[in-house]
Amino acid sequence: MSNDTTPGRQATAAPDASDSLSADAPLAIELRGISKAFGPVQANKDISIRVRRGTIHGIIGENGAGKSTLMSILYGFYKADAGEILIGGKPTQIPDSQAAIRAGIGMVFQHFKLVQNFTVLENVILGAEDGALLRPSLAKARKELLHLAREYELNVDPDEVIENLSVGHQQRVEILKALYRQADILILDEPTGVLTPAEADHLFRILANLRREGKTIILITHKLREVMEITDTVSVMRRGEMTATVRTADTNPQALAELMVGRKVLLRVDKKPARPGRTVVEVEDLHVRDRFGVERLKGVSLQVRAGEILSIAGVAGNGQSELLEVLGGIRDATGRIVLNGRELPLVGRPADARSRREAGIAHVSEDRQHTGLIMDFAAWENIAFGYHHDPAYQRNALLMDNAAILREAQAKMERFDVRPPDAKLAAKNFSGGNQQKIVLAREIERNPDLLLVGQPTRGVDIGAIEFIHQQIVALRDAGKAILLVSVELDEIMSLSDRIAVMFDGRIMGERLPDQTDERELGLLMAGVTGKPDGEAA
Amino acid sequence: MDYATIIEILDSSVRLGTPLLLACLAGLFSERAGIFDIGLEGKMLAAAMMSGAVAYVTNDAWLGLLAGIGAAMLFSLIHGLASITFRGNQLISGVALNFLASGMTVLLAQSWFQQGGATPSLRPGGRFEPITLPFAKEIGAIPGVGPVYQHLLSGHTILVYIAFLCVPATWWVLYKTRFGLRLRAVGENPAAVDVAGVSVIRLRYSAVLIAGLLTGAAGAYLSTSLASGFGREMTAGRGYIALAALIFAKWRPWYALGSTMLFGFFAALSYRYQTLDIGPLHIPNQVMEALPYILTVIILAGFVGKAIPPRAGGEPYVKER
Repeated sequence: MSNDTTPGRQATAAPDASDSLSADAPLAIELRGISKAFGPVQANKDISIRVRRGTIHGIIGENGAGKSTLMSILYGFYKADAGEILIGGKPTQIPDSQAAIRAGIGMVFQHFKLVQNFTVLENVILGAEDGALLRPSLAKARKELLHLAREYELNVDPDEVIENLSVGHQQRVEILKALYRQADILILDEPTGVLTPAEADHLFRILANLRREGKTIILITHKLREVMEITDTVSVMRRGEMTATVRTADTNPQALAELMVGRKVLLRVDKKPARPGRTVVEVEDLHVRDRFGVERLKGVSLQVRAGEILSIAGVAGNGQSELLEVLGGIRDATGRIVLNGRELPLVGRPADARSRREAGIAHVSEDRQHTGLIMDFAAWENIAFGYHHDPAYQRNALLMDNAAILREAQAKMERFDVRPPDAKLAAKNFSGGNQQKIVLAREIERNPDLLLVGQPTRGVDIGAIEFIHQQIVALRDAGKAILLVSVELDEIMSLSDRIAVMFDGRIMGERLPDQTDERELGLLMAGVTGKPDGEAA
Repeated sequence: MDYATIIEILDSSVRLGTPLLLACLAGLFSERAGIFDIGLEGKMLAAAMMSGAVAYVTNDAWLGLLAGIGAAMLFSLIHGLASITFRGNQLISGVALNFLASGMTVLLAQSWFQQGGATPSLRPGGRFEPITLPFAKEIGAIPGVGPVYQHLLSGHTILVYIAFLCVPATWWVLYKTRFGLRLRAVGENPAAVDVAGVSVIRLRYSAVLIAGLLTGAAGAYLSTSLASGFGREMTAGRGYIALAALIFAKWRPWYALGSTMLFGFFAALSYRYQTLDIGPLHIPNQVMEALPYILTVIILAGFVGKAIPPRAGGEPYVKER
């Protein structure tokens, strides 16, 4: 692969690329000139794709690029304004989901469409029953499931109730549903967003098995690593248009990122070596019990110094959230927290979020839609939340100075490149990345001594990820301490100055990013520790 | 309290529990499909009035039953239109129907019969008569089980037997048929039903109409079996009690039988005993009469364990994309 390949040149090379791949295999799907507009918004503009049987085709693009619209057209949720769909070479009308199913298309949605209190079997047959009585359908499905499990490593207990299954297993049920309906073409929408790394690996094995058996798979994602790992061909969408279709083997993540965003992006964070100063926060022997009495933090100790980023790696649910919540003042704990040489109270009113903010701790919470923002409130109101006691925001003893808040919010949104820069728009109307920028603008602009950041780029586009990472690094370079929690190992590896791995409420060990790798971190995340660390055990 | 009295109270429990059972099963179908139905009361009332009126005019109980069912299904259709098609608030639609029924029954009855909002007393043909099971008298002579057969099992109107048969039928439909599977699914996660290519709207309308059918029978039972003609507000909150029984039953058919009969039993108890003395404890008349309602409050306050309603209950279905 030559270094000077530009996105444009790749785009023009596209048709040849897809044709030369397994040219003997017939086309499973062909879309010709699909267009779809919602009012003035052109969601899909003259889109054509050809996907050959027995291949995995990736479709990447930022949020709002039109990927989901395209797939919804293919699954019969929307009717295209123009264009043609060919399945197996035959022009096919897909007016509803039933027609899509008949045409052999199966869809695994990002948010699973399962009935939580039904068994796996009941979910599988729902809508695909053989007759008015359930018994024969259930028996048939049980046999079929056994067969599918053997063939594709899709093991799930057919009699288990969905809500007792892990997310990874629930996803398998969705795949089973499609296969039970004889799907030859499987569309997966952001399938790994909810999975642990191990579950994602298993999913890819399943997909590889399906490909081997001649199934065609369309994988919608914005994770470039996945595209590189599993797909045969990849299409890139940007602003409703298909900007390129290339063979995966002929491209690289950098080129794909540029095609997605439409400009050069840095996949690795560009940062100078850290120059850590004094210790800003010191945590000692922190213990937390949840409301069921389960110990979630079992003696966590750590330090973060000025001018450094300490990251906490770990599989979700091993105490990282609780650690952030304790520091952010949302959860009581026992132990010791010293901030700037002053010990902080750990229980009750003096340890609440407002006191922590006043002490100089800002908190970008993990779940921005539930604890970071009030989705129905306008951006300017959201930017004031948590700091609404600020004297600058009060007009007098009774009334708030909304005009001042609005002005300030507007300025902050512009500095953080929030799009659209409309402070009066409700938070829910911004994309994930821009919502996150609103939260970051609120917290970072307060110039805190310690910034707590949870999952800063979850569900955020590549272009926005770059910006968010730059802001975090800029705050570090301004001599502030940053404690980052993320389940994305890539992010941890590229952003941190030090990495602490948490497992089961304990810190399993600390590593330096340039002296470790994902394998070692993965083992620590699973609780396997080669050399016992002082803080563990 | 002797054996005969116990049988008598139980017999009365069955009579009083039957309309609750029918209404409760109606609510079960509707709510299992995700449509809350606080309008059971209104539908029963409308059905009671219509069947009382038609049974009086035609002197045919069966035509009365049909008219009652028709009235209740019309109300169901309005509820469906408001909450399924127009995605309105199901509670408000239900409450509105209750008010509508409350006013309209009296208004129509008054304008048709001029008897203060009631229908005239039914003559024998207009009523459902008790059915005596074969050999009731002979078996009744046997001590012990005899009176159970003669008085408890025998001697009810056809609607009572139908109501009891509705329990296994509901169970069977709900858990053994394709329709039941889809019905339960649409009350839990309509999106799952939708992507499976099954119409959410059609399923919910069917559920609501079944609820109309059953409340229609419940209302007809009130005016043509339990009483002999319609009287204003004759449902007396039975629709709400049926809802409480439904929650108590955790939306399951066999439990619904148990819970409605329990309510029936309390009602029977308060009819039989104006006051009750249990040892030194004297329970006054007012408390006895309030018993079923007190029980309702206790159940609704959640004192009887956690009841998890169908997850999509109360929410109109809007396609996501």
